[in-house]
Amino acid sequence: MTENVLEIDHLTKRFGGVTAVNECSFTVQKGTITALIGPNGSGKTTAFNMITGYLKADSGQIRFDGETIVKPRPADLYRRGLSRTFQQARIFPELTVEENLVVAAGYSWRQLFGRRVSESDHERAKEMLGEFRLDTLAGLPSADLSYGQRKLLEFAAVLMSDPTLVLLDEPTAGVNPVMIDTMEQHIRDRHAAGVTFLIVEHDMQLVMRLCDPVIVLDQGAPIAFGSPETIQSDPKVLEAYLGS
Amino acid sequence: MKFATTRAGLIRAGVFFLVLLVIPIVGGPGYLLNTLIFTIMYAALSSSWNLIGGYAGYPSLGHVAFFGIGAYATGIIFSDSVYGGYAPFFLLPVIGLGVAFMSIPIGWVSMRTRADVFAIVTITLLFITQTLAFNLKNVTGGAQGKSVAPAPFDVGTYDWPFYYAMLILLAIAMGISLYFRRSKIGLSLATVRADEDKAHGVGVRVTAVKLIAFAVSAGLVAMVGGVWAYYVGFIYPQFAVDPLITIGMVLMAFLGGRGTLWGPVLGAFILVPAQEYFAQAFGASELYLIAYAAVFLVIMLFLPRGILPSITERLARRRASAAGAARDGASPTPSALPTSEVKVVR
Ligand SMILES: Nc1ncnc2c1ncn2[C@@H]1O[C@H](COP(=O)(O)OP(=O)(O)OP(=O)(O)O)[C@@H](O)[C@H]1O
Ligand SMILES: [Mg+2]
Repeated sequence: MTENVLEIDHLTKRFGGVTAVNECSFTVQKGTITALIGPNGSGKTTAFNMITGYLKADSGQIRFDGETIVKPRPADLYRRGLSRTFQQARIFPELTVEENLVVAAGYSWRQLFGRRVSESDHERAKEMLGEFRLDTLAGLPSADLSYGQRKLLEFAAVLMSDPTLVLLDEPTAGVNPVMIDTMEQHIRDRHAAGVTFLIVEHDMQLVMRLCDPVIVLDQGAPIAFGSPETIQSDPKVLEAYLGS
Repeated sequence: MKFATTRAGLIRAGVFFLVLLVIPIVGGPGYLLNTLIFTIMYAALSSSWNLIGGYAGYPSLGHVAFFGIGAYATGIIFSDSVYGGYAPFFLLPVIGLGVAFMSIPIGWVSMRTRADVFAIVTITLLFITQTLAFNLKNVTGGAQGKSVAPAPFDVGTYDWPFYYAMLILLAIAMGISLYFRRSKIGLSLATVRADEDKAHGVGVRVTAVKLIAFAVSAGLVAMVGGVWAYYVGFIYPQFAVDPLITIGMVLMAFLGGRGTLWGPVLGAFILVPAQEYFAQAFGASELYLIAYAAVFLVIMLFLPRGILPSITERLARRRASAAGAARDGASPTPSALPTSEVKVVR
């Protein structure tokens, strides 16, 4: 039996008259790179927001790592191993690149009163900076980074907590082709190291090479689930994309 | 941003405090010490406000409530029938701690809102406190005011204890600012100010650091209020919980630069003397407030982020463009500045 890291059960969210996510149920199996795709406005980001505690669901259940999350709160979930990035890369521009990593690494109460960036912080950040080839930028204000570099930094930062599941919201949107390859490689590396991914992505070529299985969302509910090949030939999927 | 204690920083602080330390001893015109007490008082208030308003990005407009509570606490404990001596000064830490703890639930409730809503919520704190001061006549004396124990100091050096008390409080406020910036508290506060929701998402202890900043800030402001009450000797609700005090500490931080160590101090050392000057130039009428506002407006129009950040940025750009020009083999000239900078200079 394969284990589910994440189980979404009849999740619903309405904004006024719009039902952004509608009785949505799906699961993410441990060890996969699962894709969550769908046309614009199909509710992918809204689903992410409910799973990570940024939005309160109107109804439905979320189970993470075998436990029902009664009151999802971003900080709790992050500490428990559920990380996410945002569609519009969100970093702390006033902090240096290194500090962006340090602050996301978590700290004890005692450390809160300690040095801003301690020796052990340097050490931990150094590894991640090396892995993401950001070492030469470590001391730079992250406001100076390019958009692609910011996406990379945001990804690297949420890995600092050693998450079990990472939700990436359009990791390659708006970045150059070289950066897309870089991003893909980092996802593969981390996947090989045991991290499970749930990725929202519009670049279908990337989805087809990287992800399995694929969940297709339309109007807030899954309409298809399966390997990239089966999804590609599913008439419902074609209709959702072309008909919208 | 680099937060290493540089030698230049130490020298700057050393000179600043040394000069202020010897001024009473060297002496000067009679009004000097009095003006300086209020200047240092506002520098301390603004530096304390800066902990929550600057570093955390929660611009409280109700901080004078804590000032008033500190003032009344001193006035009530040392009413005119007791001998005060130096005791009111020694009691300040107790008042500071008490108000800091008392402010935690207030901070917890008010900081569930943000930005403009937070500012308005904190204004209500100001009016609630003032109303209480007017109405709890048994303890505060209401509109009749409350006299504080007369300070038994020599006429010649009467101002000294108050002066040095304010100076110590300023040093403490600046010391805590520096500590915040160099610890993870400051790192966490910076993430709260930049993007609080994202900060939650990477596990920052958002609520804790906000409350720490709020409580420390409130406690310091209350201590300043305590010294003020003992100094002025008689407190009325409209002066102890005066909206102008709140506006003063906020404006000074905005003027000098929010979220910087020296910004609030610089703001106070510009605005308080300016205010005194205008008050004299325009007599007792409230006209001076208009002049005061005009000065502020002019500076904010030209240096919107406050004096210190604007200057630092200009210097950094000049240095960068000078380095660039040097690389290109040309000599650095002022015209190497981007045109937008030149406009700011004019
Ligand atoms: N805060 C909000 N208030 C009102 N409506 C919202 C809000 N957030 C999302 N919506 C609506 O909910 C629907 C789903 O939006 P969502 O952002 O989840 O889609 P998405 O699948 O992420 O789209 P995209 O691919 O463009 O990112 C859309 O119709 C959107 O307009
Ligand atoms: Mg989206």
